[in-house]
Amino acid sequence: MILDLQQFIATERPRWDELEALLIKIEEDPDHRLTLDQTRRFHYLYDRAAADLLRISTFASSPEILRYLEALVARAYGEIHETRDPRNRFHFWHWFSRQLPQTFRRHLAAFWCSLALTLLGVAFGAGMLHLNPDSKETLLPFSHLQGKPSERVAKEEQNEGESLQGRKAGFAGSLMTHNIRVSLFTLAMGMTYGVGTVVVLFYNGVILGAVSMDYIQDGQTRFLIGWLLPYGSIEIPSVMIAGQAGFVLASALIGSRKRISLLDRLAVVRDDLVTLIGGFSILLVWAGIVEAFFSQYHEPVLPYGVKIGFGLLELVLLCGFLGFSGRGDKSRSESP
Amino acid sequence: MMLNLTGRKTLQIQTPEGVVFNLTIAGLFTRFLAWIVDGAAIMAATSLITICTAFMTVISHDFANALSVILYAVISVGYGIYTEWRWRGQSWGKRLLRLRVIDASGLKLQLSQIIIRNLLRPVDLLPACYLLGGLFSFWNRRGQRLGDLAANTVVVSIPVSFTINTQSIKEGKYNSFRDYPHLESRLRQRTKPIEAALALDAILRRDEITPEARVELFKDIATHFRGLVPFEEHVDEMIADEQFVRNVVASIYRQNSIRQPKSPNLQHDIPSN
Repeated sequence: MILDLQQFIATERPRWDELEALLIKIEEDPDHRLTLDQTRRFHYLYDRAAADLLRISTFASSPEILRYLEALVARAYGEIHETRDPRNRFHFWHWFSRQLPQTFRRHLAAFWCSLALTLLGVAFGAGMLHLNPDSKETLLPFSHLQGKPSERVAKEEQNEGESLQGRKAGFAGSLMTHNIRVSLFTLAMGMTYGVGTVVVLFYNGVILGAVSMDYIQDGQTRFLIGWLLPYGSIEIPSVMIAGQAGFVLASALIGSRKRISLLDRLAVVRDDLVTLIGGFSILLVWAGIVEAFFSQYHEPVLPYGVKIGFGLLELVLLCGFLGFSGRGDKSRSESP
Repeated sequence: MMLNLTGRKTLQIQTPEGVVFNLTIAGLFTRFLAWIVDGAAIMAATSLITICTAFMTVISHDFANALSVILYAVISVGYGIYTEWRWRGQSWGKRLLRLRVIDASGLKLQLSQIIIRNLLRPVDLLPACYLLGGLFSFWNRRGQRLGDLAANTVVVSIPVSFTINTQSIKEGKYNSFRDYPHLESRLRQRTKPIEAALALDAILRRDEITPEARVELFKDIATHFRGLVPFEEHVDEMIADEQFVRNVVASIYRQNSIRQPKSPNLQHDIPSN
């Protein structure tokens, strides 16, 4: 049997148009809720369009109409069969105080991996510089780190924190955006089965270790801790959280849970990845502010004891927040 | 790999009701064009911000600089997320090129999927100009780049609306086949939908073909239909190949138009509220 297309279209098109209009209405306003009668009508139109699609694909060969109906049915199908939680209402405080730390703890093993790789990099960088001081140019290919630490310390202390005068906000903005980009890159490299994430974390550790050893060998340990700790106590863990997210992604790709498919494994971790991204982004905004507006002041303007104390306080608060916040809330399991 | 008649990749989805539909996966070149449009939109937006923040330097040069840096980063990262969420899987570029990001299982696109596919771009960009993402997309059966794979999304082409006009070939002309209803009936019985569509398309597009090619084309089509149903010689020999094909098409599509039935389903139509 061959379908009379003209007759068929003349009969059915008003309903396709009605379904399309309804879809546009739903699509343009994600918060739009249909009434019971509208929902029944929508379901009826979807059923009818699906039946028309079946007839067209069986009894007629008209690629144009087939593609049109397929697209129409696909849009309606997505609206009707979606059962996942739309999560339209986002409560920032609940997300930040409960969901974020719970998600962090759910993937704690990935964080320990991230920490271990960073520490390995630190040990390597520090060890290389200690054993071969000439490797400084290779390990630290940045012009501002090439000079003698004691000379830089003297210069910084002489400036009394005025070296960034009139540029602090711009500097903070640059730090925030740069660090967030690096962290996103660390996460995205999880798609290389985690190899890229390993490289980025290890390299970050190498630089950190080499810089630290350079200052320590030059007798500038107090300055180093006072300089690094206020922002580093937040910034370094943030990059490690990005690495954690990268490993979560890699673990889903590799398939630690063999019983479910790759797509299901990725779907399981998707919301957690978004939560971790939000978490490290917020922490890096704070770290950028502290680095630009606080870390640049040294003795005699700001005693190193105060800076170190502030950095330690931040670190304790961060550990407490990630380790204990939202523990009483049993709405979602913390086990992976 | 699933390909449609034009050789393009398709995504096949089967609904619980048993209806199967195929969506055409967007081609790499079209996606590249959409990416260029989006890049231009981001550049335009950031230029506007540069102009606006330039005025703010009167108040504070430092603050204006910070605002400019942050807004540039927010726009370049957030543009794709915002537009695809606001317009259900479409950015400016995708709207213009008639593309849409959809969930690979056909369900509603989630915000987390949009965030992931946009934030994993850095790995697709490696080493430059989407080389890794482009290569992966080329080999992937759903045309997914790495970000799409992680988000379980695909980019599909949106079909344009259609116009079908078969009126001109069906009415107003004498069809010698009508004198042989049993042969017409056999023709309708043996002709597949795709054969009918091909013959109809050849007639509708006859003026686009050179006269020599047209003669060859209609000769081939007529030979095919003659093989399906042998008409009596005096009917067959009296008409040219093109007229033969016209008669075939008119006979096939006449079946329902002469009945003009009202679909029985309409009686059960639920009234609109």
